[in-house]
Amino acid sequence: MISFDFEYHKPASVEEATHLHKSLRELNKRPIYYTGGTEITTLGRLNQVNTGAVIDLKGLPECHTQELISGQLVMGVGLSFTRLLESNIFPLLSQTIKEVADHTARSNITLGGNVCGQIIYREAVLPLLLTDTQAMVAGEAGVSHQPIHQVFNRQIQLKEGEFLVQFKTDEAYLQLPYLSIKKRKQGSIGYPLVTVAALKKDNQIRIAFSGLCSFPFRDQKIEKILNQNGVALEARIEQAIQQIPHPILDDVEGTSEYRKFVLSHTLLDILTVLKGEGHV
Amino acid sequence: MYSSETLLQVNGEERQVTIRHADNLLYVLRERLGLTGAKPGCLNGDCGACTVNVDGYPVKACLVLAMEMVGRTITTIEGLRDTPIQKAFVENFAFQCGYCTPGFIMNCHSLITKVPQADDSTIKDWLESNICRCTGYQEIEEAVKSVLLEQRGT
Repeated sequence: MISFDFEYHKPASVEEATHLHKSLRELNKRPIYYTGGTEITTLGRLNQVNTGAVIDLKGLPECHTQELISGQLVMGVGLSFTRLLESNIFPLLSQTIKEVADHTARSNITLGGNVCGQIIYREAVLPLLLTDTQAMVAGEAGVSHQPIHQVFNRQIQLKEGEFLVQFKTDEAYLQLPYLSIKKRKQGSIGYPLVTVAALKKDNQIRIAFSGLCSFPFRDQKIEKILNQNGVALEARIEQAIQQIPHPILDDVEGTSEYRKFVLSHTLLDILTVLKGEGHV
Repeated sequence: MYSSETLLQVNGEERQVTIRHADNLLYVLRERLGLTGAKPGCLNGDCGACTVNVDGYPVKACLVLAMEMVGRTITTIEGLRDTPIQKAFVENFAFQCGYCTPGFIMNCHSLITKVPQADDSTIKDWLESNICRCTGYQEIEEAVKSVLLEQRGT
């Protein structure tokens, strides 16, 4: 049970949502946008999230879009992982999110909720980073389109009152060779030691990580090392791991040394598969 | 306190209920509507004891606000009568203490309805959403498979 009270609002349009946020802010309600809500219900129970008002975005038709429009895949932030997996319209995204939480929870977890979440893994953002996806952002000034790399750097970078409405990915990316691997300490449910998602474009492998550091990221320096032709795969991987630009997690899931060990094997699997352009 | 008087569609009936906005579906089902079949377990979305069906899909009732459920179709264990999966749980001894059973049955009922051609991998994926601390997993899996086989006429 959530011990504090809050107002629940379900606007029917983007404009109504942003205006509502502004008016609730002016009343010091500390409003938060809400799509899947799994973090708010779980962290709220522990008083780790507190708010005076939630604005449920599931009433906005734009947040449920899932279709190809003019050469772009448009995905609303309110789409649940279950709906994305059922359509499998973005195979790399499907492969990356299919092991997040469990089957039942995935019918609540949404694309936008995962990307904007407090949880450090936020695996849904990996395919978006790899495909240079555009994010549609709504705010008081209206709607804008921004590169994912601008709105997501370690975590979501939105101004007060703004929210994500949709992601737009060029259709061409959906046909490229890809592979996403999640490695856990044990079992098939739970947080990752490391999740690595990769895509091959123009004979270059793009790669993004979750669980390795305290936030998901894609790093071009690492990609450059891994794409050095003429250097043995094992040498490239060793060099790449030495160049991880952020502290590697050392926690109950695994020590940083163990994570590096698991990562080296995962990278070897990915590079071996993508060298042959196969999907797995 | 922020609350609304609203209508929820539960087990084929329209139920009028006053919902505190911060209350989850599990609390409203149990404390406001007297439907205690969905069980409180971890209250954190991990154990699946509170699973109900919303528009045919399994949902952990501790993870959603009751206010989100306006306009949706909710089925709890009290709304199932003589379904094949309930019969199969009895015939396969698919419960021990019984605490997790309503959640498992709701999940299995959705699986059988939504994916009648489910293979072993799909069954495993769905059943991993629920925890049985008596570890009766084998019998539960057998109950699901017996219904699927019967439906397929094999």
